[in-house]
Amino acid sequence: MKLAFDILTIFSVSAGALFFLAGTVGLIRFPDPLTRLHALTKVDNLGLGLVVLGLLPQATGLFGALKLVAIWLLVQLSGAIVTQLIAGTVRQHGPHG
Amino acid sequence: MTILSAFDIGLVVLILAVGAATIAKRDAFAAVIGYVVYGLLLAIAWVRLSAVDVALTEAAIGGGMTGMLLLGAVARLRLAKGSDARPSFPVRFAAAALSALVAAGLAIAVLSPPEAIPTLAPMVMENLAQSGLGNPVAGVLFVYRALDTLLEKVVLILALVGVWSLAPDSVWGGIPGLRVYAPPSSTLTFLAQLLPPVGIVVAIYMCWIGAKEPGGAFQGGTVLAAMWLLVMIAGLKSVPSISQRWLRLLVVVGPVIFLAIGISGMVLANAFLAYPPGYAKPLIVAVEFALTLSIGVALGLLAAGPPERVQPQ
Repeated sequence: MKLAFDILTIFSVSAGALFFLAGTVGLIRFPDPLTRLHALTKVDNLGLGLVVLGLLPQATGLFGALKLVAIWLLVQLSGAIVTQLIAGTVRQHGPHG
Repeated sequence: MTILSAFDIGLVVLILAVGAATIAKRDAFAAVIGYVVYGLLLAIAWVRLSAVDVALTEAAIGGGMTGMLLLGAVARLRLAKGSDARPSFPVRFAAAALSALVAAGLAIAVLSPPEAIPTLAPMVMENLAQSGLGNPVAGVLFVYRALDTLLEKVVLILALVGVWSLAPDSVWGGIPGLRVYAPPSSTLTFLAQLLPPVGIVVAIYMCWIGAKEPGGAFQGGTVLAAMWLLVMIAGLKSVPSISQRWLRLLVVVGPVIFLAIGISGMVLANAFLAYPPGYAKPLIVAVEFALTLSIGVALGLLAAGPPERVQPQ
């Protein structure tokens, strides 16, 4: 059972890291702010989600697991809101502020 | 082990690079963002050094709160920028020389540590059980170095009085002009409605857990201040004028309770800032809660800045 959990952790965290890598490449390579934001939000949602999912079996007790999920939800919220705000500013004032 | 040392080396290189980039940036706004990133990376470094208390404080104060203060300063600079945008060469040279002097002094202090590093660690670990606390850092802050902790909070009030003193006489006691750029937007309002309940719970949790595990008044207070600022920036609550009595009471309530317990210690435990045996933990937790409130209000007001307009009658 422990082995199965460990395999899930390694698989899931690695997949999450891959999303972070892809998101970072997107952030550097994409041409304008809106597409860069698009790359960034994928990292927040899926990358961190997979990392948290992978760490759940390793968490100490139910409260540890709940804290991890809470962190994911809070990052989701802040990511979504900040993306909206930046995109709104870009739309109003153009890409250079 | 090798993976961890590779991570550490990468982290140090990244911190140095972000630090250098922050200094090299010409645009003040970009430099502040660089500084915030630098603070967050530094927090990770503190976690790697197993100093989670310091990491929390660095992330909250060093990255978050100082970043917020600097953003306010940048906004003020933009407004003040008139005819003389660029200071003259002697001024710039003097500023650079002073900065280099401070950096050199810090470098000397850091690079030549004393032979025997003074530490309270063995003493604290031996006597921690007496105070009823579980977090040795809280033990140092509230038992062995209580005077430092008290003065630290008083300094915060002095800083706030200093900021308020920048106001011209005509608007003294008026409403601080919060200078963070935020156009009215339904998204921000949504966040300001959704986040504060969560943030307040987190702040109380951090303050409460501080007696046992990493956390404490400063970290909790910063979260409180952030929630208050968010609500004010979104325009859900107006910025209060600084002459409000409740506001001033909240700013001093923490240090006053701390001081009162310290003075009563002279009677009950024969020393200033000593706790009567058996009551150490409840007293420390009470002080921490009052301090959290005071720190939250004081930091929020520091970020709001000096008063700029008087209260409309």
